[in-house]
Amino acid sequence: MYRFHKLDKTTSTRCAVCKYFRRRCPQDCIFAPYFPNDNPHKFTCVHRFYGASNIAKMLEEIPVQLRAHLVESLYYEATCRIQDPVYGCVGIISSLHRQIQIAQSQLAKTQAEISVLDANFVVTNEPSSSLDESLVQQNGVDHGLDDPFNPWFY
Amino acid sequence: MSSSSSYNPPCAACKFVRRKCIPGCAFAPYFPPEDPQKFMNVHKIFGASNFMKLLNDVLPHQREDAVSSLAYEAEARVRDPVYGCVGVISFLQQEVDRLKKDLDAANADLIMLHSFPCHNVNHTWSRQNGRGGGGGGGVGGRWW
Repeated sequence: MYRFHKLDKTTSTRCAVCKYFRRRCPQDCIFAPYFPNDNPHKFTCVHRFYGASNIAKMLEEIPVQLRAHLVESLYYEATCRIQDPVYGCVGIISSLHRQIQIAQSQLAKTQAEISVLDANFVVTNEPSSSLDESLVQQNGVDHGLDDPFNPWFY
Repeated sequence: MSSSSSYNPPCAACKFVRRKCIPGCAFAPYFPPEDPQKFMNVHKIFGASNFMKLLNDVLPHQREDAVSSLAYEAEARVRDPVYGCVGVISFLQQEVDRLKKDLDAANADLIMLHSFPCHNVNHTWSRQNGRGGGGGGGVGGRWW
C-alpha cells in the first residue's frame, strides 16, 4: 500500500510540462503553477509554437504576478494560430481595424446629418427683429409674447 | 583577367547566426539583410527551427503572409512581453465598443431630430471620430 501511495505521489504531482517530457517535476518547477497536469492540451498547444525553453525564458523575464497573464496570452495566440495557420490572431486584429473604420465612417455620416438638421433648425427659427419692431411701432403693443415659436405661447 | 562574381549578402537569419548563406537558403526570401530586427524578434519568440516548422505547415503561396503575421506577433510580444497581440486585440475591442456606443447615441439624436425638429438635442457623442483606430496598440501599422 505504501508502494501504491508512493507511485501516486510521484506521478500525480507532476505538472503537464514535466509529464510531457517524462521527467521529475521539481518543487520549484517554473512551469508548474501555470501548466497543471489536468490540462495537458494547454502546454502541447503553446509548446508547438514557442518551445519549452522559450516559454521558460519568457516566464523568467517577467514578474511572478504577471506570469499567469503571459501564459494565458500565449495560449490564446497559439489557439488562434491552430485555427488559422496563416494569420493567427493577426486575422482578428485586421478584422477589428475594419470594424473601427466602418464605425468611424458611419459615425461621421450620422454626425453630418445631425449638423445639417441643426443648421436648418437655426435658419428656420432665426427671429426677424425688423418685423417685431414695426408691430410695436404700429400698435404700441409689444407682440413679442405672442411669438408662436416661444415656448411660453403654449 | 579576373572573373566577376555577383555578391549576395547573407540574409538576416544567416547573418544573425553567423553562418554562410547558401543559395536556396530557406530563410532568405523572408528575411532580407536590410531588416535584421524582423528575424531577431522571430528568433527570440519562436526560435528558428520552430519558425520553419510553422512555415512548412502552410502552403507555399501562403508563406509570405504567414511570415508577416508571425513577425507581427513576435514584434508585438517583444514590445509587450506579458500580453503581446492580446493587448492589441483588447485595445481595439475597447475602441470598437466605444464607437458603437457613440454611434447608437448619435442615431438616437438623429431620430429625435427627425421626430421633433424643434427639440434641442444635447449631443452625447462628445469625441470626434478622428481618434483611435489607426495605432493598433503601438505595433507597426503596416499590416493594413
